[in-house]
Amino acid sequence: MLTPDSLKRIDREIAKYPADQKQSAVMAALAIAQEELGWLSSEAIEFIAGYLGMPPIAAYEVASFYNMYDLKPVGKYKLTVCTNLPCMLTGGVDAGEYLKKKLGIGYNETTTDGRITLKEGECMGACGDAPVMIVNNRRMCSWMNPEQIDKLLAELE
Amino acid sequence: MAILGAINPMLSLGLDGDNAWRLADYVKRGGYSALKRILAEKMPQEQVINEVKKSVLRGRGGAGFPTGLKWSFMPRSFPGEKYVVCNSDEGEPGTFKDRDILRYNPHSVIEGMAIAAYAMSATRGYNYIHGEVWEIYTRFEEALDEARAAGLLGENILGSGFNFDLFAHHGYGAYICGEETALLESIEGKKGQPRFKPPFPASFGLYGKPTTINNTETFGSIPFIMSLGGEHFLEAGKENNGGTKLFSVSGHVNKPGNYEIPLGTPFSTLLEMAGGMRGGRKLKGCIPGGSSSPVVPGEIMMGCTMDYDSIAKAGSMLGSGAVIIMDESTCMVKALERLSFFYYEESCGQCTPCREGTNWLYKVVHRIENGQGRPDDLDLLASVTANIMGRTICALGDAASMPVQSFIKHYRDEFAYHIEHKKCLVPLEVQRAGSGFFKATV
Ligand SMILES: Cc1cc2nc3c(=O)[nH]c(=O)nc-3n(C[C@H](O)[C@H](O)[C@H](O)COP(=O)(O)O)c2cc1C
Ligand code: SF4
Ligand code: FES
Repeated sequence: MLTPDSLKRIDREIAKYPADQKQSAVMAALAIAQEELGWLSSEAIEFIAGYLGMPPIAAYEVASFYNMYDLKPVGKYKLTVCTNLPCMLTGGVDAGEYLKKKLGIGYNETTTDGRITLKEGECMGACGDAPVMIVNNRRMCSWMNPEQIDKLLAELE
Repeated sequence: MAILGAINPMLSLGLDGDNAWRLADYVKRGGYSALKRILAEKMPQEQVINEVKKSVLRGRGGAGFPTGLKWSFMPRSFPGEKYVVCNSDEGEPGTFKDRDILRYNPHSVIEGMAIAAYAMSATRGYNYIHGEVWEIYTRFEEALDEARAAGLLGENILGSGFNFDLFAHHGYGAYICGEETALLESIEGKKGQPRFKPPFPASFGLYGKPTTINNTETFGSIPFIMSLGGEHFLEAGKENNGGTKLFSVSGHVNKPGNYEIPLGTPFSTLLEMAGGMRGGRKLKGCIPGGSSSPVVPGEIMMGCTMDYDSIAKAGSMLGSGAVIIMDESTCMVKALERLSFFYYEESCGQCTPCREGTNWLYKVVHRIENGQGRPDDLDLLASVTANIMGRTICALGDAASMPVQSFIKHYRDEFAYHIEHKKCLVPLEVQRAGSGFFKATV
């Protein structure tokens, strides 16, 4: 289900924990699976559970508890905008509205070409850089004024 | 560089250049000398803990609990594994200091954790890093590799016979995992639901073993305490409030960012360092310690100093040191609505008063903001908060209630205006101008 490279990365995570606590690697393993597959299907979650020797239901619980796992398909790029209060005061909400207008979609929707999914996020621990947004859970973009957003969208082909 | 200013700094001193975070630069700044000395002298554990007690370092994660005292709770003679855990989950809205500490000075945290492990006979540690800051997580892993390669982590550190290894655990988007027992559950590979206390982590922590959890900035301060001496650290702040502290200033200021200042520095000085109020507008209110701390009206805030005691006297909490500045363009109902949504979203749902109560708080504030408020809604909000406070497993219930209580207490007229006139007291164009978002294109 996953490439040898992903499995190697998961093994590296497992090694961080005591030998009888493999389950501790489940968060990282799910994240690595999502990075490779784009989202977490039931099969992917069950595969991870099997790989770590834990009950599938326990892995489901984790996948559904944490906000950054996607249990449904998302666009090629997932754009999460922080709209919490500190960011809102410096344009976080406005940035979200600007994106909605430009992309013609609302939060939790994907553009018809499957390119971009828009999400509303909570504080990313970067409020001094507002407005902030994250691409595919990995790349944080700071000081996203209209000009910067246009640039980012042009780049996300 | 995002640490924008400082007065007599420790943690942010000398962080110039792109390589400031690397081991070689840290050592050049005097890094790891405290750990080396402790190991070489075989300093008694008690002496390390006493030095931390003398410094009056108070936990930088939010609760302000004295660190030395917390360390002394760890059982001495426990035969098995013990753990030290660093809380870099930093999800409290307004807080972004731990990110910068890990980005620019990660070895201070590694050294601080190693000293803590030595003092409490722990042999393993984890640093739990906020999900949204992937780049910071990978940098911290790189710093760990550097430390391991230099023999500063692992078996028999610097030939002293002391073993300690440290690993990074990456979160994946759950504010509640900042709560220390939820964080432990999360490291164990479970949903991040807080545990009942007692037992406290010092007796039953990670994998059921004695565990001490401290914030990133708390651990990062330890090398300075051990190098400069506890008394010196205390004097760098003020009585009962040892040391300097990083403040994350966000909102309506000209230069949002992190500032390291001595505890006890006037708020007005911090505001000035942050470039003053954006557009020269007036300070309406300030949330001085992260979104969970009660809002303080502008005029009262201007008379405060930035330390645990002064902010407590003003009816709030220093919390994590996240200073959220709101000027006259802010609609206080909308501000509260956003915070209430956050707590409702992030409640883990295991206690009924919190799960149901945060839903009510959001629903009612939302309807007031949207012109559907009812005359008795403010009383309703008061009674909902009274039913949450003190009746939940963790402090998120209180954290959701305190903003509601304080916003209504200080800006009651604005809430009443919304209910009566079905619109904001602050005109929408004024609110829009306040954020500054569209000025770049318009
Ligand atoms: C809902 C909630 C969220 C919290 N989030 C954080 C956090 O992001 N970072 C942190 O250090 N402490 C957080 N805390 C406080 C921790 O539970 C704990 O007190 C702290 O990490 C202890 O470290 P300290 O003594 O060094 O401050 C949170 C507490 C609660 C109730
Ligand atoms: S108070 Fe809320 S967040 Fe905390 S344990 Fe209870 S339901 Fe979960
Ligand atoms: S509120 Fe947006 S990053 Fe903190």
